[in-house]
Amino acid sequence: MTDHELQLKSVHLRKNTLKAIYEAGAGHTGGSLSCLDILNVLYNRILNVSPENFSDPNRDRYVQSKGHSVEALYAVLADRGFYPEAELKTICHYQSHFVGHPTRHIPGIEMNTGALGHGLPICVGMAIAGKMDNAPYRVFTLLGDGELAEGSNWEAAMAAAHYKLDNLTAILDRNTLQISGRTRDVMSNEPVDEKFRAFGWAVKVVNGHNFAELTEALSKPSETGKPTCVIANTVKGRGVSFMEDVARWHHGVPSDAELKQALGELDAAEAKLREVA
Amino acid sequence: MSAPAPSMYSPAAKAMAEKLGLKMGRANLDEFAATLLELAKADRNLVAVTSDSRGSGKLGPFAQALPKQLVEVGIAEQNLVGITAGLAAAGKKSFGVSPSCFLTARSLEQIKNDVCYSNVPAVLIGISSGVSYGALGTTHHSLHDLAVLRAINNITILVPADNFETREAIRFAAKATKPAFVRFGKAAMFGLHKPETKFKVGKAISLREGNDVAFIATGETVVHALLAAGQLAERGIQARVLSVHTVKPLDVEAILKAGRECRAIVAVEEHLVNGGLGEACASGLLQAGVSKPFHIAGIPDEETVPGSQADIFRHYGISMEGLTETATRLLK
Repeated sequence: MTDHELQLKSVHLRKNTLKAIYEAGAGHTGGSLSCLDILNVLYNRILNVSPENFSDPNRDRYVQSKGHSVEALYAVLADRGFYPEAELKTICHYQSHFVGHPTRHIPGIEMNTGALGHGLPICVGMAIAGKMDNAPYRVFTLLGDGELAEGSNWEAAMAAAHYKLDNLTAILDRNTLQISGRTRDVMSNEPVDEKFRAFGWAVKVVNGHNFAELTEALSKPSETGKPTCVIANTVKGRGVSFMEDVARWHHGVPSDAELKQALGELDAAEAKLREVA
Repeated sequence: MSAPAPSMYSPAAKAMAEKLGLKMGRANLDEFAATLLELAKADRNLVAVTSDSRGSGKLGPFAQALPKQLVEVGIAEQNLVGITAGLAAAGKKSFGVSPSCFLTARSLEQIKNDVCYSNVPAVLIGISSGVSYGALGTTHHSLHDLAVLRAINNITILVPADNFETREAIRFAAKATKPAFVRFGKAAMFGLHKPETKFKVGKAISLREGNDVAFIATGETVVHALLAAGQLAERGIQARVLSVHTVKPLDVEAILKAGRECRAIVAVEEHLVNGGLGEACASGLLQAGVSKPFHIAGIPDEETVPGSQADIFRHYGISMEGLTETATRLLK
C-alpha cells in the first residue's frame, strides 16, 4: 500500500472512529485520533497479522496498552477484515462485546487491556516466549505518554533490556496531553528518550503522523540484543481542527453539529488527497 | 544456636496424631517444588517465573536442572504477573511463583486483568501464605488472598492441606486451560489421606464422618480439625471433617449436606475471618435456608498477634485444643 493510499485510509478510519464514538455516546476521541496513523501503518504495513492467520502461533503480536484508544483499534480491525464495519455501531451498547476497552471477545484482539501500565509487562512475557521457542514473530505495544507514570512500565522496561528482547517494540504515542492537562504539568516524564536509553533500549523518534517515518522505524528491530522504543510525536485529536491538542477531547462525544463539522473537515481532506492523486 | 521453633502441635496433639496413624510428611512447599520440577522435565513448555523468589519457592534445583525454563524478573511482582500472563498467552504453561502476601496484593490488578479477565491459562503460586512467615509480621502475611481472589471472576482457588493435595493441585494446574491460584505454607505437614483417596477440583474430601459437629476446613488448618475430631470422639462427640481444598468453585453440596446433617458447623481457615472460606460457607448455608450454630475459626479482624505461625494458630484457637473447645461450646 502506498503512502497516499494509507493517507486516504486514515481519513476513512478517522471518520469511522468519530461515527463510532458518536453512536456509542462515549469514547476516547483525542487519543484515538492521535494513534490512528500508527495503527494504520502497523496493520497495513508491519504486522504479520490477518483474520486468516490470527490463530497461527507465529503471527506477530500487538497489545494496545493505552486501551482507552480502543475506538481507533476497533475501526482499524474492521477495515482489516476482522469483522464488518457495521459492528462498530454497537460499541459500548448493551450486550455488545465491543466494550469500551479492548477485549479478546473481539477478533484480532490479543489481550484485555484498559488499566494502564499492563501492556508492556505482558509483551515482555510474549517476547520471552518467542525467544524461548526461537519463533519468528515480533511483539508490539502502544503506550500513552501519561501512562508512563505507572511504575509497572519501568519494571518491564528493565526486564526487556535484561532479556535482550530485540523482538519487542514499544511505541509511545507522545501526544503530550492527558486527561488533566499537559503531561509535563501532571507528571513530567522528560527526557523520555534518555530514560528508555538508560534502561538499555534502542530509541527512535519519529513524526507519528508520517507514514514513511513510521514505516522506517517499525519495519525491523533497530539493534540486535535491544528492545526498541519508537517515540512517535503525535497530536491529540489529529485531523479535526477543533479537537487538535485540546485536553477536553481526551474523552468526549461530538454533538450533532460537531460531528457534522468534523466529518466535513475529513471529507475536505479526502477531496484534497484525491486531487493530488 | 537459635531456639527451636515452637511446635505447631502440643504433646497431646502429637499423641492424637499418632493415635490416628498420621505420618509426618514434608512441607507443601517442598512437595510443590518437586512436583513442578517433575512436570517441567516432561514438558519443556512449562515455565516458572520468579521474583527473586526461587529460594523462597524452593526452586533452586529447578533453576539448576532447567535454567531455560525459569524466568527471573527480580523484585517486581506486578511485572511477574504481567510476564506470566504474556507467556501463557503466547502458548507457555507458565507458573508465577511469589510469596502470596505480595503476589495477591501488589499485583492484584494484573491478576484481575492480565490473567483472569484475559482468560489465559496462567498459574499463580502463593508461597508461604497465611501466617507462614509468622514473626516477620503483617507485611508478610497473606490473610486477604482468598477474599480478594474470591471477588474476582474466572480463577480456581486451591488451598491444599497436605502433600497429596498439593501434588494433585499442581498437577491439575499444569493441565488447566483457565487461570488457577494455589497457596500453601512452608511447615512440614502430616499426611491426611488414605492411598485410595481421589482428588477432584471442586469436591471437598471427607476425612472423617460424624453428625454432631462439622469442621469445614481448608489448607494447613485441616490437620488441626482432624486432631480435634479425634479428641472430641474421646468425649463422645462425633465430628465430621471436610478438607475443602478448592475454595472456588466451592463444594456447596458437601457444605449443605454437613449443615443439614450436623448440629453445628465450625469453619476453619488460615485467613482473616472476613471474606474467606468461612463466609463462603455461611453464604451457601443461609441462601439454602440452613441455619445451625456456626463459627469461623480464623484470624480475627485485628492487628495480628506477633509470633510464629504456631504461636498465632494457638493464640486464635486454630489448634486441636482450641477447635475442641469451640465445637464443644457451639454444641451446648
